[in-house]
Amino acid sequence: MSTFNRRSFMKAGGALVGALLAVGVISSHALAADYPTAKVNTTGLAVTDTTVKVGILHSATGTMAISETGSIQAEKLAIEQINAMGGILGRKIEVIQEDGASDWPTFAEKSKKLLVKDKVAAVMGCWTSASRKAALPVFEKENGLLFYPTFYEGLEQSKNVFYTGQEATQQILAGLDWIAKEKKAKTFYLIGSDYIWPRTSMKIARKHIEKVLKGTVVGEEYIALGDTQFGSVINKIKLKKPDVIYAAVVGGSNVAWFKQLNAAGLNSSKQTMLTISVTEDEVLGIGGENLAGFYSAMKYFQSQDNPENKKFVAAFKKKWGDKSVIGDVTQAAYLGPWLYKAAVERAGSFDVDKVQAALPGYVFKDAPEGPVTVEANHHLTTKLRIGQWGKDGQAKVVYTSDYIKPDPFPKGYQ
Amino acid sequence: MFGYSMADIGNIVVMQGFSGLSMFTVLLLMALGLAIIFGQMGVINMAHGEFMAIGAYTTVMISKLAANYGFVNYYFVFAIVIAFALAFAVGYFIEFIMIRHLYKRPLDTLLATWGLSLVMQQIFRSTFGAKEVSAELPEWMLGSFKPTPDIDIPINGVFVMFLAIIVTAGVYLFMFRSRWGLRVRATVQNRVMAGAVGINTAKVDRMTFALGCGIAGIAGAAFTTIASTGPTTGTLYIVDSFMVVVFGGAASLMGTIASAFGIAQAQSILQFFMTSSMGKVSTLLVIVGILMMKPEGLFASKLRK
Repeated sequence: MSTFNRRSFMKAGGALVGALLAVGVISSHALAADYPTAKVNTTGLAVTDTTVKVGILHSATGTMAISETGSIQAEKLAIEQINAMGGILGRKIEVIQEDGASDWPTFAEKSKKLLVKDKVAAVMGCWTSASRKAALPVFEKENGLLFYPTFYEGLEQSKNVFYTGQEATQQILAGLDWIAKEKKAKTFYLIGSDYIWPRTSMKIARKHIEKVLKGTVVGEEYIALGDTQFGSVINKIKLKKPDVIYAAVVGGSNVAWFKQLNAAGLNSSKQTMLTISVTEDEVLGIGGENLAGFYSAMKYFQSQDNPENKKFVAAFKKKWGDKSVIGDVTQAAYLGPWLYKAAVERAGSFDVDKVQAALPGYVFKDAPEGPVTVEANHHLTTKLRIGQWGKDGQAKVVYTSDYIKPDPFPKGYQ
Repeated sequence: MFGYSMADIGNIVVMQGFSGLSMFTVLLLMALGLAIIFGQMGVINMAHGEFMAIGAYTTVMISKLAANYGFVNYYFVFAIVIAFALAFAVGYFIEFIMIRHLYKRPLDTLLATWGLSLVMQQIFRSTFGAKEVSAELPEWMLGSFKPTPDIDIPINGVFVMFLAIIVTAGVYLFMFRSRWGLRVRATVQNRVMAGAVGINTAKVDRMTFALGCGIAGIAGAAFTTIASTGPTTGTLYIVDSFMVVVFGGAASLMGTIASAFGIAQAQSILQFFMTSSMGKVSTLLVIVGILMMKPEGLFASKLRK
């Protein structure tokens, strides 16, 4: 277990920091000596007596850069904090960053480069499911270790991947239960972008609405990625008058969707909407005034006021600027390096097989979202939160669920 | 009928009619600049979308300024003028350093402007960041206009509609009622002859290209009212723009208008009765079918070959 306490470290005042750092350096040498490289690294990873190489693989260019930048920032922040505490088993993390360039084959290529040429001990990376699916065979063949931050459609489990975001049922079921109870909702209109994540999510949502909530789905609609014309869809919704719009629209379409919905008179005073695709990052583009009053179902909101989150938000803003915002995935990406550190320390080794075996069962108490548990299926047990958006672009958490176990292959929902 | 009251259906018909018109004006605004460049000069400008993004980013920046200095209610007038001027200037410059060397190699302009679009996207990303941004809209532009309690006409849609009408009228006057337009048309019809009678065709080309880019800038400014702005915003619009221009017949203003109207109405109505993606697919199929029969587009201009 870690001999350093992150909380006490971060509380230390300016004068103390230097002294603490000195102690950190001394004791990290001691630690590194306790774990000789020959013993903790038997498979030839890029681990030396003083450093360990870790890869970051996201899109810094191309369309996905919009979303993935936040994840890169969070991972770098976590790594910087870990290094300031003395690193992992006394070894400082050296980051090798590669650009997936929003192009899925590139993710596979760069994964191979990171694992085969650089021999990184772990990779924080991928964002879209498509990029993960492209990189997965490489990680399985080379026996690499990937920490994947995005909430996604589930239906996957690999010993080489730890999923720090929610799988679909964790995000969908509790949210629908809440809105059905709170708003007495009986009729639902499902709308999403046209690709695997919204389609799988809507399939689960429809089954849950019809079988468990005994409600009706009055419309189900998929919008081509990038489409910005919603006039006809909005008119259909007006005709059907659903109790709840359940939305998973992404990217540029998302912004157009909310702007046009408002312009067509369907604001939150007239229409209840629960979305699973809007985080603080998206609000920057959509504008708080277009979202005010609508709900998002996520596991994390920047406005959470637990002390761990306040510290995280302050550190993030200090490093990346006062105007930066933190969305659900950004927080999940922040967990990656910390979970890796814990896993290596539990295993007492950097060997991938030992690290994989050591992480399940670990409870990360200091996560900004609140304590999370790593399960045997490599997903996290987390809570679901419903946030109601305000004009300032921040959400007020109006509901927090109990802990929800991850269930990537939900029976009866496929 | 289908369990809906007649009043419901009446309201939907009105709103659906408006959403079709609104889509028409959006397509028209997108395609006008391209129609000028592609139609008059034969240059395939793949960076057209990025010129729209220049206009959009200009508007976002000015809206930020406006929010700081308290002229949010009427900043849009400035934004449109500056968006036009900026896109015009960039277009003028690009024509000078790049396009004019490629007039005799139309396929190379396609590649060169596509490269240009990638360069511009990365410049936007480095300058404004990768995340999408939104202009702060004035209060009067949010929400809807309600002739009856159950009918909502989006105000931003009305705004874009008026802007499209003004810009189209402006382009018409410029092309068909001004000395400049006369020179442009003469150059298109017979470049050598136009040069022989003393028209500076190089200058005409540069002005035409810059004008097309400037109009793209206006379109970009207008679209901040309905969508967001990111480094790759332009790519969302480029396909639709080309579709309208090619379907309408490359060299004709009337063709562009008719084609934008036809595509918008077809798409809007089909999307109401089918799902959104099926509506789009069906529209595209019809367009492909018509283009197979009439490769010149709806309105082919009469040119001496």
